[in-house]
Amino acid sequence: MANHSAGAPVRYRTFIALVSAGFRRYSTYRQATLAGLFTNVLFGFMRTYVLLAVVGRQAAGYDARQIVTYVWVSQGLIATVGLWGELGLADRIRTGDVVADLLRPVPPVFAYLAADLGRAGFAALVRFVGPVLVGALAFDLRWPQRPATYPLFVVSAVLATVISFGCRYLTEAAAYWLLDARGPRIVWALCSNALTGLVFPLSFLPGRVAAVLWTATPFPWLLQAPADVVVERHSAGGALVLVAGQAGWAGLMLAVAGYAQRLGTRRLVVQGG
Amino acid sequence: MIETAGLRKEFVVSAKVGKLRRERRVVAAVDGIDLRVERGETLGYLGPNGAGKSTTLKMLTGVLTPTAGRISVCGLTPVPQRTQLARRIGVVFGQRSQLWWDLPLRDSFDLLRHIYRVPAPEHAGRLAECVELLDLGPLLPVPVRQLSLGQRMRGELTAALLHRPEVLFLDEPTIGLDVVSKQAVREFLTQLGRRGDTTLILTTHDLADIERLCRRLVIVDHGRVVHDGTAEELHSRYGSRRRVVVDLDEPLAEPVTLPGVALESAEGLRLTYQLVDGTNAGALVARLAAAASLRDLAVVEPAIEDVIARLYARGATG
Ligand SMILES: Nc1ncnc2c1ncn2[C@@H]1O[C@H](COP(=O)(O)OP(=O)(O)OP(=O)(O)O)[C@@H](O)[C@H]1O
Ligand SMILES: [Mg+2]
Repeated sequence: MANHSAGAPVRYRTFIALVSAGFRRYSTYRQATLAGLFTNVLFGFMRTYVLLAVVGRQAAGYDARQIVTYVWVSQGLIATVGLWGELGLADRIRTGDVVADLLRPVPPVFAYLAADLGRAGFAALVRFVGPVLVGALAFDLRWPQRPATYPLFVVSAVLATVISFGCRYLTEAAAYWLLDARGPRIVWALCSNALTGLVFPLSFLPGRVAAVLWTATPFPWLLQAPADVVVERHSAGGALVLVAGQAGWAGLMLAVAGYAQRLGTRRLVVQGG
Repeated sequence: MIETAGLRKEFVVSAKVGKLRRERRVVAAVDGIDLRVERGETLGYLGPNGAGKSTTLKMLTGVLTPTAGRISVCGLTPVPQRTQLARRIGVVFGQRSQLWWDLPLRDSFDLLRHIYRVPAPEHAGRLAECVELLDLGPLLPVPVRQLSLGQRMRGELTAALLHRPEVLFLDEPTIGLDVVSKQAVREFLTQLGRRGDTTLILTTHDLADIERLCRRLVIVDHGRVVHDGTAEELHSRYGSRRRVVVDLDEPLAEPVTLPGVALESAEGLRLTYQLVDGTNAGALVARLAAAASLRDLAVVEPAIEDVIARLYARGATG
């Protein structure tokens, strides 16, 4: 087996090929993309007006321009990070099609992550750029003042996508035990709305509650963290700490997803003849 | 290449009894299968619906954990070494797809090259061969979801072979295909089998597949092997016989009797004789021709369908 010996660089190419397939796959869903974009923009306006009314000139560490930027960036991140996106794993477990994933020589978590990053790449081009552009035209957004914020934000958004992937993978892998993932999905939908900073920045909450969310759950790291990075809510050092925290969560979620996958496979009963 | 000993899989099924009570029952889908398949063999794995064929294949390919028994495929233990094994086997489950639904067929093949890390020239060569044999050329730019079942199946076969697997598992590869597609698939598999470097394990309900492709048949029923051997062995074991059917111009003056020949039926001017094991038709035909003028004559080979139907029926009652 000559192709066995080639190690990491080839793995890397496998990953890139899968990412690119994910990108192309999502680029074929034109209608869904446009409908989603429209919704994100619509809610962007509503959230802007609500939060501006609440914040006034300054509140909870944000001034008015920061909060408007926060809104439009987070509207753009919803689809990019994939807060509500499905991986399709749960359905494939339910129908038994998951065998096709298991019969490949790459771990499913690796393949699904690659596909999801491809999806995120496409979403970034349309579903992120779109709302931010509309926000910039309609309002006076606050652009980063430190040049380093730009690359740091990209890293932060990628890490947020990985954390979100881990959460969704776990949610859907529940189908290995429950046969479908409806229950866990409802819980995830609730948390991904309320606890990520999407409805309002988490600093609006009492300090203790916010602290619990940041330390004990992955949710604030999905949206609040990258949004805070881009509006430069913290010092440069603070932003770095934030991104490092995301990296930690990303690693943890991937490890847990991989573990759940292994356990799930062992008790998998492939459905259908 | 493949070896199993005492392979067993139990499913726990819970069925509703009455309003609230659920009853849990253990069903043995595969109930002690011992199998040994050599490199390059083509094996037909048959059995009635629910016999445990798919379940066996799932265990052999490492996607289902056996309840008991030992398995070795390509020298590996399927479930713990699934990822390693995946490189060395190809699998087609007739009702499932391993292609990327939204992407053109060509993209799926290209992705598989990366996933299996097949060197580009090798991959291109094998793909060209499959495209040629299975007539895939015009389908390459078509998104998989737009392919018809038969077109997709040809794609699935190609996908399963691009990494040159040592063993190819096919679970009902011709299900739902039209006559022409079936023939294309069969022809392709025949050629593959003839080359002798790929072990083929095939389940099907289409016995024409089997007759064309497999020297060896393993028939399972209720999770157990009920026959393991060639089709001829099956016939002789279950007493299927060749027949001679003659249409006469006039009734025979006196009955024709020969050792090894039994008259099965006589309807008007049509007589049907059975040839007991190994008897040739020649002597009978000569005697008949001498005794009367023949309008028509046919030697009918035993149909594998009949034997297998009898075998299945016996399983159902026994
Ligand atoms: N996931 C499952 N849960 C419970 N029982 C199952 C499951 N999968 C299969 N079985 C049972 O195991 C037995 C064998 O099923 P299997 O799919 O292996 O049959 P098969 O030989 O492939 O049949 P067919 O020719 O219809 O495809 C059947 O009785 C079936 O009901
Ligand atoms: Mg089956």
